[in-house]
Parts: sequence; C-alpha cells; structure tokens
Amino acid sequence: MSGYILTNRIKKDRVIVSHGTAWSPWWCWALCQVRALCQGNGLLVTALIFGMTFGMTSTLGVVTCSGQDGVDFAREIRPILSNYCFECHGPDRAARQADLRLDVSAGLFAEAESGVIPVVPGQPDQSELLLRVTSDDIDQRMPPAEAGRVLDVDQVLLLRRWIQQGAIWQQHWSWKSPVRPQLPTVSDSDWPAGAIDCFVLARLDGEKQIHSPPAVMETLIRRVTYDLTGLPPSLNQLDRVLQDPSPDAYTKEVDRLLATPRVGEHLAWAWLDAARYGDTNGYQGDLTRTMWPWREWVIDAINANLPFDQFTTEQLAGDLLENATVDQQIASGFHRNVPLNGEGGRIAEESRVEYVVDRVETTATVWMGLTAGCARCHDHKYDSLTQREFYQLFAYFNNIDESGNVDSGGNAKPVMKVPVKEKMYQVQTVQRQLEKQEAKLADLSANTDSQDAQQWEQQLLAGQQMEPLWGGWKFLGPILADSVGHGHNKQYGPETVGDASLGYRDRIWEDKYWPDGKAVVMPLVPSSVGYAYRQVRVSIPTSVEVTVGADNAVRLWVNGIEVLEKITSGGANTEQEKITLELQIGVHDVLMKISNRAGTGGFYFETTLQGLLPEIKKILSTPKVQRTEDQEQRFTELYWQSVPELQDLTYQIRRLQGRLQQLQKETHVETMVMRERVEPRETYLLVRGRYDHLDKSEKLSPEVPATLPAIPEGAAKNRLGLARWLMAKEHPLTARVAVNRYWQALFGTGLVATSEDFGSRGEQPSHPDLLDWLATEYVRLHWDRKALLRKLVTTRTYGQDSGATSESFKLDPKNRLLGRGPRFRLPVQVLRDQALAMSGLLVETIGGPSVKPYQPKGIWAEFSFGKIQYTNDSGPNLFRRTLYTFWRRSAGPANIFDNSDRQVCSVRPRRTNTPLQALVLLNDKTYVEAARMLAQRILNLEVETSKERLVIAFRIATARRPTTTEQAALDRCLERSRGYFQEHPAAVEQLLAVGQARSDIRLDRVELASYASVMNVILNLDETVTRE
Amino acid sequence: MGPEAEFRQLVTRRELLGRASQGIGAVALASLLAQDGMTASSGHDSPPGILGVPHGVPRAKRVIYILHNGAPSQVDLFDHKPGLKKMRGEPLPESVRQGQRLTTMTANQKQLALLPAIAPFRQHGDCGMWLSDFLPHTASIADDICLVKSMHTEAINHAPGITFFLTGAQQPGRPSFGAWLSYGLGSANDELPTYCVMTSLDREASCGQIFYDWYWGSGFLPSRHQGVKFRSNGDPVLYISDPPGMSRKFRRGLLDDLARLNELRHDTVGDPEITTRIGQYEMAYKMQASVPQLTDVNTEPQHILDLYGSDVTRRGSFAYNCLLARRLAEKGVRFIQLMHAGWDQHSNLPTQLKIQCQDTDQPAAALVKDLKQRGLLDDTLVIWGAEFGRTVFCQGDMDNAKVHGRDHHPRNFCIWMTGGGIRGGMVYGDTDDFSYNIIQQPVHVHDWQATALHLLGIDHERLTFRFQGRDFRLTDVHGQVVSDLIA
Repeated sequence: MSGYILTNRIKKDRVIVSHGTAWSPWWCWALCQVRALCQGNGLLVTALIFGMTFGMTSTLGVVTCSGQDGVDFAREIRPILSNYCFECHGPDRAARQADLRLDVSAGLFAEAESGVIPVVPGQPDQSELLLRVTSDDIDQRMPPAEAGRVLDVDQVLLLRRWIQQGAIWQQHWSWKSPVRPQLPTVSDSDWPAGAIDCFVLARLDGEKQIHSPPAVMETLIRRVTYDLTGLPPSLNQLDRVLQDPSPDAYTKEVDRLLATPRVGEHLAWAWLDAARYGDTNGYQGDLTRTMWPWREWVIDAINANLPFDQFTTEQLAGDLLENATVDQQIASGFHRNVPLNGEGGRIAEESRVEYVVDRVETTATVWMGLTAGCARCHDHKYDSLTQREFYQLFAYFNNIDESGNVDSGGNAKPVMKVPVKEKMYQVQTVQRQLEKQEAKLADLSANTDSQDAQQWEQQLLAGQQMEPLWGGWKFLGPILADSVGHGHNKQYGPETVGDASLGYRDRIWEDKYWPDGKAVVMPLVPSSVGYAYRQVRVSIPTSVEVTVGADNAVRLWVNGIEVLEKITSGGANTEQEKITLELQIGVHDVLMKISNRAGTGGFYFETTLQGLLPEIKKILSTPKVQRTEDQEQRFTELYWQSVPELQDLTYQIRRLQGRLQQLQKETHVETMVMRERVEPRETYLLVRGRYDHLDKSEKLSPEVPATLPAIPEGAAKNRLGLARWLMAKEHPLTARVAVNRYWQALFGTGLVATSEDFGSRGEQPSHPDLLDWLATEYVRLHWDRKALLRKLVTTRTYGQDSGATSESFKLDPKNRLLGRGPRFRLPVQVLRDQALAMSGLLVETIGGPSVKPYQPKGIWAEFSFGKIQYTNDSGPNLFRRTLYTFWRRSAGPANIFDNSDRQVCSVRPRRTNTPLQALVLLNDKTYVEAARMLAQRILNLEVETSKERLVIAFRIATARRPTTTEQAALDRCLERSRGYFQEHPAAVEQLLAVGQARSDIRLDRVELASYASVMNVILNLDETVTRE
Repeated sequence: MGPEAEFRQLVTRRELLGRASQGIGAVALASLLAQDGMTASSGHDSPPGILGVPHGVPRAKRVIYILHNGAPSQVDLFDHKPGLKKMRGEPLPESVRQGQRLTTMTANQKQLALLPAIAPFRQHGDCGMWLSDFLPHTASIADDICLVKSMHTEAINHAPGITFFLTGAQQPGRPSFGAWLSYGLGSANDELPTYCVMTSLDREASCGQIFYDWYWGSGFLPSRHQGVKFRSNGDPVLYISDPPGMSRKFRRGLLDDLARLNELRHDTVGDPEITTRIGQYEMAYKMQASVPQLTDVNTEPQHILDLYGSDVTRRGSFAYNCLLARRLAEKGVRFIQLMHAGWDQHSNLPTQLKIQCQDTDQPAAALVKDLKQRGLLDDTLVIWGAEFGRTVFCQGDMDNAKVHGRDHHPRNFCIWMTGGGIRGGMVYGDTDDFSYNIIQQPVHVHDWQATALHLLGIDHERLTFRFQGRDFRLTDVHGQVVSDLIA
C-alpha cells in the first residue's frame, strides 16, 4: 500500500473531524483498522498523524459530500457496495453466493439464510455486513482474500455512520426520475446569470473555492465559435462583435452562430462516433457501403433543430412511422451503421445475431448510459439488468428483414433507393435548359419553309446526302493514373462535364491528324489515360458500324452516353470491338477514353456506313399518298432537322438529352434502412450469448427492464414504442444522458465523467442537482437542442477565463469544480477543419458522398496487399470538412487521431498528447499546404510591414494580438526562415510544391516559403490547437 | 490518482527555468520521461506505467510476437502423426470428429478424407523434437524452443481468431496485448514507440486476409498505447519525414521558436498540458532521427545479414522485419509484433506451404540465434504462432494436389516460444492420432496470455482498466498461468 493512498484517506478523515460528527470512540477503532489492514506498518501511523496535523482540502473529482447532511446512500454507500460486494451478492443470479443479495433493500435488511441480518438500521454493531468487512478472521472477512480488494478505513467509517444514522436506502441515483431541484443559496448572488451558475457556485462555495473572472471577449468568441460550429471565428466576425458596444453583443453572436448550417456539421461528428458510422463494412473484404445519405440526414436534422424526441424516433424507428417519408426511412439507418462481416466461411446467422446485439448495446449506451453488453451472457453484475431482460430488448431489433450476409453490393438488405439532392438539382437545371431549346426549335420549325421537301426526298432516294461527315480528332492527355483499372474507372472531367471544350487541369485539347482504319499510337506514358474527341455530322438518320481496338482499355461515349467499355490485354487491333451506332440528323459528340498500362498506348477506329435506319427506309419506300399520318409527320420532322440552321439546335438538344439521361442514372443511390420482416422472427434467450444456443424454454417478446418505468400506455411493442418509452418524461436516464453529453462537449468532461456509464460502476455526478436541473430543463424546452446549447454557452460558468494559477491547477487539475473556464485540445476533426479555414482552402459544400482528401501514399495498399488502392480526389473535394472524409473501417484516415475507430459505439472523447500527433500536425501534406496558403493569404493583404502580417496571422489562429515578447519570437522565426530559404533556393521550390492548391505567381518565392514556415509554427502553437 | 500526485507528475515552471540551458524542449521531454520512470532521477512516486512496480519478478522485459496470419498447418509442420500415412484417403472417423462445427467452406463437403503430412518429419536436437523437413532452421534451435502442441481457441474465422489472440475478445474494440503492456509497464526508451508493429506477405500474395489496424489498437485505453506501424513503403513511420525542403537543422530552429512561444503561453495560462506538449514535440523530433537510422539495415555486418537470409535487405520482407525486430529489441521497445500473411492454404497447400516455410523458417530461427548471441534472449520472450490450426482432412479434391488444402481447425494447433523464462527443448501437451483433439494439457488462448503476462511480471488478473463499469483485462475473466512452460 503506498503512502499516497493513506494521505488521501487522512484528508477525508480531517473533514470528518472538523465537522465534529464522529470523533471517538470509534475513531480509535478506525485507527486499529488501519493498522490491521496495513499489517502493522509503523510508517503509516506516522503519516496518519502528519495528515491530521496539516489539514488538506478534500479530494476533488469524485463527489464527497460527507458532513453535516448525513451520509447519502446513493452517492456514498451504493458505490462501495457495488465495487466490493455486488460481484457475488448482486443482480447476477448465477454468480450469487449464499443467496445473499445486497443490491436491493430486501436483501440488505432482511434476515439472511444464515439467520443474521446484514444491516440493522441504527445498530452498527449488530449489522453483519459491518462485522464482516472489519473482521480479523480471514475466513470471515469480506470481500474474501482472493478478491484482492479491501475496504479502506473511510469506507468502513462511512458504512458505519450510514447505519448509525438509520441506514436509509435509496435506488441507484440514475434509476430514479430526475426531480427539478430547488436553487441553492450562494455566497454571491450577483454572479450567477441563471440557475446553472447557482449550482456551480454553490458547489464552489461548499469547497471554499472561488470562480474565475470572465474571459476576454476575443477568447470567448473563439471558444463559442469552435464549440458551436467547429470552425474558427473569422477576423471580420471577431471585429464585428468586438466593436459592438451593446450589452447583448455576445448573445447576438451566439444566436447568429446557432443559425448557421455549420452547427449541424459540427454536432453531427459526435453522433457519427456514437452511431459507429463508416463508409465500409469492416472485416474481410471491407466493401464500400452507401450510408452517407443517413449522415446527410443527421446534419440536416440538427440544422433544422428537429427536437431530440422526434430525432430519436426517426433514428430508431423512422421506417415504422405511419406513411414514413423517404427521409424518415433514411433516418432509420442509424442502426444499419453496424460493421458487416462478409468473410468467406462465415455463418450468416452468427453475424446477424452480432448485429442485433450491437444494436441493443448501442441503444443502451447512447440513450441510457447503460452498459447492457454485460447482460448478453449472464445477468448484469452491478446494475439491475437480467440476461432475460437483455434478450427482451434484443427482441425489439430481432425482426429486421436481414439475412446476416452482405447481399446487396456493398450493402446488406433491407435497402432503398433514395434521391441524391445535388443530382436532382442538376436534373432540374438541365431540364429547364432543354425545355428552352426545344421551345426554340419548335419556334424555328414552325417558320421553316417546306417547299424543298420533295426535292430533298428525291436526293435521298437517289442515295445522296447519306455519308456522315466525320471531324478530326482532338486529344487531351496524358493524365497520370495509379493503374490502368484506376484510370479507366476514375472520372477526370470530360465524361462528366459533357463539354469537350473544357480541359483537365493544365491540359488542353490538341488537334490530331489521326487516320481511321489504322492503329494509332497516342502520346501516352505508362499508367496514364488520354481522351480523344471528334464530332460527326449526319444529314439523315443512318446507322454506322464502328470498329474499335484499344491498348489497353477503352470507354466510348456518344453524346454523353456510354456505348462501349472494355479492358483488353494486348495491343490495339482491328476487329476487337464492333458496335453499331444509330445516328439521328445533326452533330454528334464522340468521346473516347484510352487507358494505357505500360509501354505505348493507342487505339484503332474505323467506321462503315450501314445505310438509312430501317424506320426511315420504310417511310421512303412508301408512296407519299399511302403514308400514315405519323409517317408523314416524321418525314416533315426529318426534313426540318436537315435544314442547317436547325441542326445546331438539335445538336444542343441532343447533348442536353444525353446529359439528362446520364444524370438520371445518378439521381438515386441505394442505402441501408430498417424494415421489419412480415413473418416475425422468434426471440429466445441465448445461453452464454451464443447465437446457436437458444433457450427454447421460453419465447421472449419485446419488453423493457423492470427497474425502469413501464412502456407508456398504448405504445406499440416495437421500435416505435421503444423510442416513445425512451423519450417519456419520467424516463430517468434519457435526458440526463443527453444533457451530460452536451456538457461534455462544452466543458471537456461530463458532469458524469463516464458519459457511457450511468450505472452503479460509473462515476457519480460532480454536480448532481445541476444534472437533474438540466435534464428537467431539456424536457421543459421540448427537447430543443439549440435552445439548450444557447442556455449553456450563455452562463457565467462557461464564460470564465480558462487560465489559472499553478495553485488552481494543483487544487483541481481536471476542473471538476468548474472554478475556471474549460481549456482543452480541439478535437482532431476541428484541427484539420481549422487549418483549412484559416488558409482559406475550406470548401463549404454541405452533405453528399464521402470524399478522399490527402493520405500518405500506399495507405490502403499497405494493409490490403495492394488489393485496395487509395487515390485522393482532386480539386474541391480535397478541402471539404473532415466530416465528409471517406472512412474505411479497416484503416481509418491516417491523420485522424484520438477518435473513435468507428467499430463500435463511442460517446466519450479521447484526449491524449503524443509525439505521433505532433508529427501529423507538423508534416502532413494537409497542414503543410494549409500553412503555405495561409502565408499566401496574409502576403496578399494590403499591409506594409511583416510585423503587421504576423499579427494578423497570429490573430487568425488565436483571435488575439501577440504580446511584445511573442511578437519578438515570431519576428525571429521569420528571420530564421528567410535566412534559410535565401541560402537554399531549391528548398523554396520543394516546400512550395506541397499540395495541389496553386501558389500565387506574383508573390516572391523566398518570402512565401519563409512565411509558410512561420505559419507551420503558428498552426502548431499549443494555443492554436487548444480551445481556451 | 489524487490531485497532489497528479500535480507532482506535472512539470512546474520552476523546473523548466532551472534547466533551461538544455533548451526548453529537451527539458520538457526529460520531465515527461521522468514520469515514465525512465531516468535515474525519477522518484518512486512517478510510476513507469500504471503498475509502478510489476506484480512479480519479470523474466522477460520485452516480447517479440511473430503472428502467422492465416494459420499454418500443424499437421504438416509440428504435430507428427506417423499413423496417418497408411490411412490416406480414408474418412475422418465420426468418433474423432464428434460433430464439431466446420466452416461453411467444408460443412457441405461430402467426404472428410484424411490427408497425411506432405513432408517427412525427423527428430532434432538433444530433446529429440519431431519437426517437418520444411523447417530445417527451426530444427537447429529445437533445444531453445518450447513447442506447445495443445493450443486451442474459440474462433473459427481469421479476423476473430487473430483478434482473440491479440485482445482476448473476438470482436474488435478491446486493447491489444502490446497496448496493455505499454499501459501497464510504460515506455523503456525515449526515442521510439513502446509498441511497434510490422507486417509482411507471402511471395505470391496468395491470400485475402487484411491487416486491420485494430490488431494493434488501444481499444478503450488511451490512444498513446496503440501500436505504431512500421511500413514497408514510403516513410517507415507515417509522417516521420519533414516536409520537402525543410532541413533537420531548420526544423530544429522552428521547433525552438515553437517551444519558446508555447512557453510564453504557459507563463500566462499556467496549464501544465502545455509543458507536456512541448515535450512531445521534442520526442517527435528525436523519433524523426532514430527511426530512419533504425530501419537502415545496411549498417549490419555481412555475417548477420547472411544469418537472416537473402531476403533480409528487401524492405517489408519477413526476413527484414525479423532483423528489425532484433534492432528494436536492442533499443528497448517493449512489444514488437510481426505479422506475416499467406498461410490460409485451403486449396494450395502442397505448393504454397513449402514456399512460405522457405521464406520464414530461416529468418525466425536467425532472430532467435541473433538474440541469443547478444545475450538478449534471456529477457526477450519470442512467440511464434497463429490464430488456429488446420484440419487433418483434405479440403477440395484429394487426388489433385494442385488444388487441395486444409480447412480451419481451432480445436488444436501448435505454437512455439523461447527466451524470457521459457523452458527450451520441450514439447508440451498432446493430441490424438489424428491431430484433431487434445488429449493432454490443453492450453487455451487466455492461458497463453496469462502465461506471457506472468513472464513479464504481471498478474493477468490485476492489470485491469475500468470501462463501461467493468474492469476489463486481457484475459477477460479466464486464464491460468501454465507454469510447466516456465524454466
């Protein structure tokens, strides 16, 4: 036993002594116990006396409410029983010894099997429990020696006092519905801005601690902007608030921030961690799934401030709502985010059971802070949840229409097609353009003279005007690709834009004189692609046979529609592929993409006229008088189209039609949703949690744990009813757990630090009354998320200065008393987002499929033996918020640290400080490029001196001006950098070449590199990466 | 931990100033290391890792764990069953199989025909250990190793099986062995991670198994305990290289400026976390220097390179990783995890097994010899094993050696261990005549974990971490130390 533990004990004893409750006669007894427990170590007694002489403050962190008010069972006694006794004398029937149960009042106060009574209120010396934990007899003493745990002296004292005071028993605190507490009286009634501050101050008063002064406005604006939006304040924003003299300048800013869509993006992150969101299935194969529509729903729902009760209902059971909308069904995908195991040889039912178990555990953690997983194999050892009850919860999720296989591409059924908003919008745009052009055409046609029609018909019959006119080739490339397959599949622009006049990055279209009917060598390098483009003008609908050969892969589009796709192994030969094109009158775009593996690459292209389309042949061969009305109309139409002025229009229309057709293929994606089976699946308890060990003795139906409130009247026995039950006003856990997570997000630690566990082994709340007040307040606000956040960030508590004296850190290192403002490192996704935002690179598009920003080379090849390659996107997708980064479960993004790995539900942030994190922020391309672009940004400002530039850069990062000493350090850093780069011109170009964003060519290269290096330092400042 | 102790672990401003002549970063780092019990000046109140002092006397200070991903066949390599030869092609007797579950890959196979070992066995060393002719180099260290023939596990598929060995649970999410060790014992060096991981692949890249990063994850432990992957391409450790154009000296200068600015902030806000950050940046700088040195094996003398075989200079090969493991062990890295894939021989056993043995036999034996000649084997526990074994019956067409193999077999398989207190020259446990059931001295995965922890001086029941209200440990709620394995 270390000296430290003892010192700690003594401190608590001092509290007891000073309150004068229980000094002697059993204080001496306690001392003896110390000796007994420590086996007569003389040193310890010395320490004891030392501790009594020099009193210290009570332990912080965990609540110690000893003193005048008497012992609180729920907060002080139950944790002792839970930690030391429940394992053998708790809820778990199978593990229970001597049929003694100490987690219920009946067990504590009734005569046990042996005839003794564990606890006799008011009579410590007759209480067997106390006798046992203090017994000298090794056979009698509890917990037994092999448990390796011994009660310490103040725990024994507490138990004794509790019994002496009448042994009042209470339910575990979190299983009782919160009651709105009275506001406490405080030492300084001017300080609190509301109820929250009262509770905080009362606790500080109780510990004889004081609150901190308010943070300066710059710091506060920076703090709240990060907390609500996950992004830094802009200088404009900052200056606007700082210059606003009105007393509500801050609250106005809070309201403005809460109304921005950045809030939804920021708050969604924690929900994604809780929902174990990923873009792949995990396990072997790790196929890509499509769950981003669900992510988009979360962002939109938060931005629309969907009340948390409704949010919950749609997440858990959106599909079961009456006339469920598409969005509500998408929302139900919450529980389809489970990893899927598609490994060969896997037993599907085993997987399916794992998914259902995961849903129970995740639901319990997210909404109830309940560690249900323990009860999968046996009754919960510490909390009132039996194994049977676990499987009753299991029954709620056991009827999903799923097989356990990955059976719908990368997705698993049930799935549904859902619209892609961005594409839908594009469809509308193209449709409008199309309508316009068609109207023009109709207009022109109506005014076209048709007297030459007959002459035209004669020419056709004579076989004239049939040969299509092929234009020359244009070439775009080579564009480097990782492999032939990769280049073949990746879209570089020409095939999606549908406008061949657009180039690709610095490549432009060049004219080429390539002959038809011969193997053409394109200017390609190994592993690259090239595009060839030409037009063909057709005067009468004809069919043309095209023969294509490719070295090594080809895609062919006509008017934006893909007509050929092939990967070959050899060179470009004749007769490789033949396709017949039916070409209507007008100009047609022919776009060909060739992907080259190695050596030279090229193609073979030849066309053969097959003659008029059969439909046209038929019309022409019918004498004019015998033609049907339709045929005649068609003939007139054809004639019109042959008129040169109309041809351009028809060409436009055809292109738009092609684009529309392509877009319409992309307007819907398949995503996973919840759906019930028609034939209900039967639920049984699984012995030891094994999928194939069903206890068939009893069929179980959906039900909630007995210790918690009953299912509300009229609620269905399905997920919808479960959601209603969770959100019922009297549910003791949901609101507490929810507000605690908001507190955790804003203050770094929850009021209950173990935000995932509100059970008897979880930590006690640091401010129980505050937690209950907030829980009841959230319900009173009708689960209005933004209103609650607003309330929290406008408290005095939140607004305190986060700096502190060493003394303050010493007294309360984790700030559990909230005597100062919260100061902690920004979450990792915010670190990346802020670098993008500060440098001006951030692309603020909301929603959509996941994107692939920079990752180190070979990042996926390394773990998958080269089978899966990571290729980062280019252009705007590199600079989207981290929320949209593609998340492969088998290897998450390499520059994300301290985050949930998205395998299982996670609700508590991690915050460590390691050299590997330093390496990411110093060296990752993302951050190096951001430093360069931030340098460019400040070099382009219209200011005179480097001093001013550095002040602005420092403000961008920290929201404040540097002090004179800091300014000097920054100046020195700039001088150091200039000195280095002036001497190393090659280094300048190397540094400036990092990242795709272009450097401004007007800027001095040495200056840019020097500033970029200083910005690299600024982006790594402790203050920059910390939310103060 | 109480506030006092917590505070004692934090570096005070006064200490910083007093030692500022060494540079702010260096001082901050020294203080951090003192917390990990790595410097002589550290007091007893600064425990190395959570345990402070180990529970028992450690026999091993570090572990090198060679995990053969995919499950090498114990029937063909270690578990000598001479009687099988005569029974080739006969069905596996039902009395032996006892209705055990099979994977869906062979569950519907009409016949489970016995396939004897594909190479002859011979006895080796003073101990007379039977080993396949496929393993001539392992044979040369027979007297050093302890072969456990009675391992058994609960998983029947790869990822869950490997996860079970490494974390004690089949589902991902718990800390892996190395992370537990880092958490329990802390770091033993100041320039390299505590827990290093390397992966390699068979020459033909035949298998589909993936090296998931949870295989070296920290689960619910703080993420600084997770393994650091040494890569075979690009930077040996991710982000270890400075940006192009930045020299080491220039970076040093920038880091000094950064430390100065951070120190100024610490003066104002007083948060000890700032000092920690200064120290971590310093350690990052040191790692940047030591990792490239370490991964450059060309500095090794020729006779050492020869010991590991011709593949040793190819970065990312199993041989290279074995040599790197020795170099990491010398530097005091606590847990070195080598994973090698390509053993999942369902349909290519006769061709692939030999190649795999050729690639791995010599380097693994060389590692043991090399450690031994440097005196490192005494306190380094080396483990060679996989997630399960393979069936004695044939999967696929018995008569077509080009396409047949063996299915997964979790009921018994072999691992070997050496060094760090293990009894060498010994075979432990036994199986029936079909290498299908254990008949003597079974060793469960949790027993193996308990034993390995015991050798490191750790009581597996007392290295715990409370998460979601439960005190988790590597061995879940099971595990018995197998004391017969210990010298």
